[in-house]
Amino acid sequence: MSDVRSFSLPLPRRLPQAGLFDSWRNAALTLSSLAVLVWLLWPLLRWALVDAVWTGAAQACSGVEGACWAFIAAKLRFILFGFYPPELQWRPALVTIGIAALLLLSSRPRFWSTRLLVVWLVALPLAWIIMAGSILPPAVSTNQWGGLPLTLLVSLIGLATAFPLAVLLALARRAQMAILRLLAIAFIECLRGVPLIAVLYVAMLIVPMALPADALLDKLLRAQIGITLFVSAYLAEILRAGLQSLPLGQTEAAYSLGLGYWRTMQLVILPQALRAVIPAILNLSIGLILNTSLLAVIGISDLLNTAKTAATDPNWLGFYTESFVFVAILYFAISYSASRYTLWLERRLRAAVS
Amino acid sequence: MHAPVPPRGAFRPGFPKPGRLAAFRQWLGPSPFTQLAVLALVLAGLVYFGGNVLATMDRLGLKPGFAFLSQRANFEIGESLIAYSASDSYGRALLAGLLNTVTVAFFGCMLATILGTLLGIMRLSDNLVISTAVRTYVELFRNTPLLLQLFLWSALFHALPAPRRAISLFDSIFLTNRGVFLPRPVVVVMPSLTGLVAALLAVGLVPLIARRLFQVRAVLRWQVVSGALAIIAIIAWVSGLSLAAEWPVKGGFNLSGGLSLTPEFAGLLTGLTLNSAAAIAEIVRSGIQSVGKGQWEAARALGLKPRQIMRLIVLPQALRVITPLMTSSYLDLTKNSSLAVAIGFPDLVSVANTIGNTTGQSLEAIVLIAGVYLLLNLGVSLLMNRYNRRLLAKEARRA
Repeated sequence: MSDVRSFSLPLPRRLPQAGLFDSWRNAALTLSSLAVLVWLLWPLLRWALVDAVWTGAAQACSGVEGACWAFIAAKLRFILFGFYPPELQWRPALVTIGIAALLLLSSRPRFWSTRLLVVWLVALPLAWIIMAGSILPPAVSTNQWGGLPLTLLVSLIGLATAFPLAVLLALARRAQMAILRLLAIAFIECLRGVPLIAVLYVAMLIVPMALPADALLDKLLRAQIGITLFVSAYLAEILRAGLQSLPLGQTEAAYSLGLGYWRTMQLVILPQALRAVIPAILNLSIGLILNTSLLAVIGISDLLNTAKTAATDPNWLGFYTESFVFVAILYFAISYSASRYTLWLERRLRAAVS
Repeated sequence: MHAPVPPRGAFRPGFPKPGRLAAFRQWLGPSPFTQLAVLALVLAGLVYFGGNVLATMDRLGLKPGFAFLSQRANFEIGESLIAYSASDSYGRALLAGLLNTVTVAFFGCMLATILGTLLGIMRLSDNLVISTAVRTYVELFRNTPLLLQLFLWSALFHALPAPRRAISLFDSIFLTNRGVFLPRPVVVVMPSLTGLVAALLAVGLVPLIARRLFQVRAVLRWQVVSGALAIIAIIAWVSGLSLAAEWPVKGGFNLSGGLSLTPEFAGLLTGLTLNSAAAIAEIVRSGIQSVGKGQWEAARALGLKPRQIMRLIVLPQALRVITPLMTSSYLDLTKNSSLAVAIGFPDLVSVANTIGNTTGQSLEAIVLIAGVYLLLNLGVSLLMNRYNRRLLAKEARRA
C-alpha cells in the first residue's frame, strides 16, 4: 500500500507550449497514438455501448454480442446490499447515505473540530447497531450483511480503531525505552511484511483456535480485527514519519515550559505531526477501501463478492464481466474522487503553512 | 533515525559510566519496571493464546509441529516447475508453490519495470494525447481493487476461443482458452556463423553502447564485461552451440510445442504487471519531476541537448528517489501475488491454504507463509538500507 500519489512540481517542458501539431514529429506522434487508441478502444466501446442491451429480462441478452446492462438493473439491489433481507434494506441504505453525508461534511476543513470527531465516534457504532438491528428488531446476523455498506463500514471502522493503536505504536517506536521500542518494531514489521490475505487467514483460522473452547467470535468481527491490526502497522509508520518531520526544538521547548511527556505529545507534537501526514493518511484510507475487497477471498460478502455472487443467479447466469465492470466503476468513483480531494487538501494545507 | 525524544530525567551530564550493567541500563532507557511489566503482559498474552491453540489442536487430535510435511500430499497441483504428483510429500507441494510464487513475482517485476518506466516517461511527454492516455491508464489501474482486476483478467483468459480457433499474433503467439502459447528459447547444437558474429559484436559494440548510453568512465569494467562476453561467444561458436526458438505449432484440436502458460498464470501475470506498471509509472514520473527546474535550466544554459540533459543531469538524480520506491513496489507485487489463491493459480499461499485445510494444520501452514514473506521483506530492507547508506556517504563525500 505504499503509494506515490503526491506531486506538485511544475512539469519541465522541453518545448515552450504543450502541443499536438507544433512540429512534424509531434503531429505524426499525435495521429499514430490516436490511431492506436481507436484500434484498442473501439471494440470496448462497441461492447459497452453500441451492442449493449439496456433493458428487459435475461432472454433479451441471449445471443447478444454486447454487454447486458439489463442484468445490472435487475441485480442492482443485490450487488449494493448483498443478502440483507429485502424488506429491511432501508437500514443499509440509511447507513450508506449517512456515511456518505458525514464524509462530505468532513471534507470541508472549516468543519474540522472536536465535535465532528465525537459525531464520527458515535456514528460508526450506531451504524453497526442499525445494521445489526440490536435496538430495533428484527436482528440481522452479520452473515447477511454485504455490499457497499459493508465495504464502507469495515474500512472506516478499521481506520478509526487502528488510529489510537497506531499513535501508541509510533510513539513507542520512537521512545527511548528499549523494550517498548523493540516490541513496536516487531509488531509493525511483522504485519507490514506479510500480505493482507495471510492476516485474514489468521483471523479466520487461528483466532478461533486461540480463544477459549466455549468462546465464539463473529466472523465479520474477526476479519475486522485483522484489518484493524494490519492498518495500524501502516498507519504507525505514517505517523512516525510525521513525528520525525518535527524539529527537536519543539519537544525541548515544551519540556522547558514544564509540560510532561503526554501533555507535550498531546498539545505540541501530535497536532503538528498529524497535520503533516493528513494526505498520507488519506491515501492509506483509499488503499484500504480498495483492499477490503480481499474479504471476498475469505467468503465475506463485500462489494466485490456480491458482484461475483450476483452472476451466479440461475436466471442471470455468467454475466461476470458486466458485474465486475459495474463495481469497478463504483470503486473508481469513490477512490478517484478521494484522491483528487487529497491533492486539493494537500495544496490547501501547504498554502496554510507558508 | 532522527534524534530520539528525550524524556524527563534521561539526560545525564558527564561521560557515561563504565560497566556492563550501566551500559545495559542506558540501552534500556527510563522506567525499566513499566517496560518489564509491558513485556510480561505481552508474553502472558502470547502464552495464554498459545496455550488455547495447543488445547484446541489437542481436542481436534492434531499434533503441533512440522512433522506432517513429509507425509503424502494426495492432492494435485495445477502447474509446477518441478516434477510433482499427488504421491509426493506436503513439503514438495509447498516447494512447488513457492517456486510458482517466485516465477510470477520475478517475471512480474521485470515486465512491470519495463512497461512502467516507458509509461512514466510517456506521461511527461509534451504530446497531450500521449500524456492523457497514460494518465487515464494510471488512474484506472490505481483506483480499482487489484483483486477485481485479477478477476477480470482471469475471466478474459478463460473466455478466449478454443485452440482450434486460436487468436494468433504473427503466427508465433497463440491465445486460447487452454492457455497462451509462446515461442520457447532453446539451446541447439548448430554450427553456424552466428557465434562469430556475436563475438565480434560483443567486443566492438558493448563498450561503445555502454559508454554512449551511460557515459561510463570506468572503461576497465566494460572491458572486463565485453571480454567475458566475447569468450562466451567464442566458446559457443567453436562448440557449435547456438540459441534458437521452438515455435508452437497448431494441430487439429490443440497446440503443441513452444512455451505454454496456463490461463491462470497468464491472468495473474498480466494483472500484476499492469497494476504494478501503473504504480511504477508514477514513481518514475515523480522521480524525474523531483529534480528541480533549476537543474533543467542550468543544463540548458550550458548548451546541453534535451536528451543529454535527461541522461546526464536528471536521471542520475532521479534514480536516487526512484530506487527505494521501486524496491517497495517490487515487494508489493510479490505480496500481491498471494491473490493468486482467488483465481486458482497454485502459488505458495494457495498451496499452503490447501494443506492447512486438508491436514487441519492451518497454524503451521500460516507460519510457513508468514515466514517466507517476512524473510523476503527483511532481506530486501537490509539491502535497501545498505544502499541508502552508501548513497548518503556518496553525498557526504561530494559536499
